[in-house]
Amino acid sequence: MDTALKQHLIDPEICIRCNTCEATCPIDAITHDENNYVVRAESCNFCMDCVAPCPTGAIDNWFQVKAAFSLEEQFSWNELPPRSAASPEAVDALDEEAAALIADAHQGAGGKVRAPASASKPRVNLFNRAAPALAKVTGNIRVTKSGTSSDVHHLILDFGTVGFPVLEGQSIGIVPPGVDAAGRPHAMRLYSICSARDGERPNTNNLALTVKRVAEPQADGTVLRGVASNYLCDLALGETVQVVGPFGATFLMPDDPDADILMICTGTGAAPFRGFTERRRRLAVRGRGRLHLFFGARTPQELPYFGPLQKVPAAVMHQELVYSRLPDAPKEYVQQRMLTRAADLAALLTRETTHIYVCGLKGLEAGVDEAFTRIASAEGLDWPALRARMREAGRYHVETY
Amino acid sequence: MPDGINVDYDGLIPNNVDLNGDARVRKALETWHPGYIDWWKDMGPEGFQESLVYLRTAVSVDPKGWAKFGYVKMPDYKWGVLLAPKVEGRTIPFGAHKGEPAWQDVPGEYRAMLRRLLVIQGDTEPASVEQQRHLGATAPSLYDMRNLFQVNVEEGRHLWAMVYLLQKYFGKDGREEAEALLQRRSGDKDTPRMLGAFNERTPDWLSFFMFTYFTDRDGKMQLEALAQSGFDPLSRTCRFMLTEEAHHMFVGETGVMRVIERTCQAMKAAGIEDPNDIARVRALGVVDLPTIQKKMNLHFSLTLDLFGNEVSTNAANAFNSGLKGRYREDKLDDDHQLLNAVYPVLRCVDGAIVPQDVPALSGLNMRLRDDYVVDAQGGVTRWNKAIEKLGVAFQLTLPHVAHNRAIGEFSAIEADPAGRVMSKVEWADNRDRWLPSVADNLFIASLMQPVSAAGEYAGWIAPPKLGVDGKPGEFEYVKIHG
Repeated sequence: MDTALKQHLIDPEICIRCNTCEATCPIDAITHDENNYVVRAESCNFCMDCVAPCPTGAIDNWFQVKAAFSLEEQFSWNELPPRSAASPEAVDALDEEAAALIADAHQGAGGKVRAPASASKPRVNLFNRAAPALAKVTGNIRVTKSGTSSDVHHLILDFGTVGFPVLEGQSIGIVPPGVDAAGRPHAMRLYSICSARDGERPNTNNLALTVKRVAEPQADGTVLRGVASNYLCDLALGETVQVVGPFGATFLMPDDPDADILMICTGTGAAPFRGFTERRRRLAVRGRGRLHLFFGARTPQELPYFGPLQKVPAAVMHQELVYSRLPDAPKEYVQQRMLTRAADLAALLTRETTHIYVCGLKGLEAGVDEAFTRIASAEGLDWPALRARMREAGRYHVETY
Repeated sequence: MPDGINVDYDGLIPNNVDLNGDARVRKALETWHPGYIDWWKDMGPEGFQESLVYLRTAVSVDPKGWAKFGYVKMPDYKWGVLLAPKVEGRTIPFGAHKGEPAWQDVPGEYRAMLRRLLVIQGDTEPASVEQQRHLGATAPSLYDMRNLFQVNVEEGRHLWAMVYLLQKYFGKDGREEAEALLQRRSGDKDTPRMLGAFNERTPDWLSFFMFTYFTDRDGKMQLEALAQSGFDPLSRTCRFMLTEEAHHMFVGETGVMRVIERTCQAMKAAGIEDPNDIARVRALGVVDLPTIQKKMNLHFSLTLDLFGNEVSTNAANAFNSGLKGRYREDKLDDDHQLLNAVYPVLRCVDGAIVPQDVPALSGLNMRLRDDYVVDAQGGVTRWNKAIEKLGVAFQLTLPHVAHNRAIGEFSAIEADPAGRVMSKVEWADNRDRWLPSVADNLFIASLMQPVSAAGEYAGWIAPPKLGVDGKPGEFEYVKIHG
């Protein structure tokens, strides 16, 4: 990775040389000869202005290369060169910092992940640290009961006149203002979008986040306060936030209405699934697929969106809400409930249209893996092999942090 | 909306030109709107007005995420008025007024000429929708049907773009012209569309692909030339239209490509080496390459007629007055006034084709046409590469500019695709060797059987390499009503 660089290339087999990209590029990084339209590797700053207007999709190619292909090489191509193993088909982020965060969050999937076959094509990295999008806070409400130790906020960011296209399951980057103790700009944090692609309400140009305030008492009596989460939770209406992204090209929902979506989460891991649910609900396309939610929290009061969840019709989503700190009940965790529901889950595992998503704190995936191993083996299935097959097909996804 | 980027979707007419602040124009457009919808229902795609079509709608003129995709019934499509953002301090880039601030209002002395340019451009937009209105019934796939309808709704929006300029800047005259744009009909004996190629039929899908490749490419050249205009609202309008026009050429170039690919694949599979063995190739249910060449000859020559006379005072006046520039004027390195320059034009002298230097101003139509021919050759080269890659010994060639012409220097003579001049008798005897014959057209028509299962394609066309909006192969692009 250290010597590799990312290069923006245009697929000559698909490009029709309509000149839209060259006309759109604000820094003249795109040029052409009578054969091909090409990108100057030394000029392109990945601003992505050319991507949306391209009528063919030829523009959207990103290669990891040791040395950049020259203009002459690109002019001579009839097709793109073969991709090296280091060039993933779906690029989560062009931004190194964000790419590293996503790679870490997806580690629990146990191998190279792909987007679902029927997912819409995501846009990534439209805005970077140097030129972030500015969003205005139009909503900031606590979605866990006050008095509990879990302070989770639902934050609505409005982009006003700026296009910021997202898909459910994608993340955005937040860079808190100011500098850290060493005087450097703060590191970027990624937050999953919890709204649908067309906004909090249909056709609004905004998105929502689910943010848990990090405030953990330490052994020495101090409290560790997360810089970004406290910054976000304390934002007042009307304040402006710098947003980077969007990021993420695999943790996306299938558009196929016949796909079953199994969502397993704890805490703010529910964020992407709120988006999935909203999307399905709005489409109201009657397919065979259903949503299945396993959602763990300490108590109902600490389960984000507990109230709204009660209103989602059973015909859209089957819910298993699991609590580990109910006063009069034994502790129960998500993976235990999965075993209780082993028969239902086994039926889902055997279906080619089932897509599984795991999202929450690191460690969740281990418990989930264990539960699936037991459920699968009871059916005579080898879970690691099945998991690998599902992952290859874009049907198994993990995002833990 | 003050920033001019995002689109106001609240009113009847989506726009980024602050229609709410301009009661006169808003009222004019709202008065025109019902007539437009009537026209669309009468003359728009036949039989699919109630179907849900996966269309893109422009939601912003900002390059980032300017288009949103979703299912829409075509009569509910959000047609609106969208102009590219204003460039502060823009000056007139060419002609006698070069360097003066770009006009934000119509210069009085050029009012008639400008109106004429807008009406001619505007007339082509609804004309192509009318020409293509029967094609939905024979679509080779839902993907192609969706692309057809996308082209149609955007041509409709381009009509809106011209009507807005007419109504905003030309008062009562403009309103009458806007009304007349809805009254003329492609191919009508009494009230035809203004330009010849737009009164021809588009009887089958191969014609549609050829039309979107060759004729929409003329549209692109004309829009590029108008995008240079010193009349700033026209320049901004055309710049945004070009973003949409790119899709139309994409449909044409990939459409012809997919027909060629399918033909070559079928020939190879059947072991047919001779591309001129037309009977055997046709028996496979695909279009033989010589017939594709004939279709190309026809659509290329019809499109060349759209460029007008090679030597033209109108073109010189439009340039000199700063209204219509050259193709990519901003990338050209000269004085942008052309007062003393000359340009070589192919002329017809005593029945022969000879090059002749004429004043560059008078030769502007020819210059635009030359740029067009170079641009059109690009796709042909790529089609030929595909034929070669598939192992078939055949090459497509653009015909000579003198072939089959009805307007300009060469309308007086007959020439074969190689540019050899001949007598009327020889032409009549050989016409069907170069242009589609009745039998050719009947054969193509026989292939036009609709395929409406998601993910399936008619046998004469290959599936596309990529779906629209990154959609997978079996995506249902059109939910056909009833």
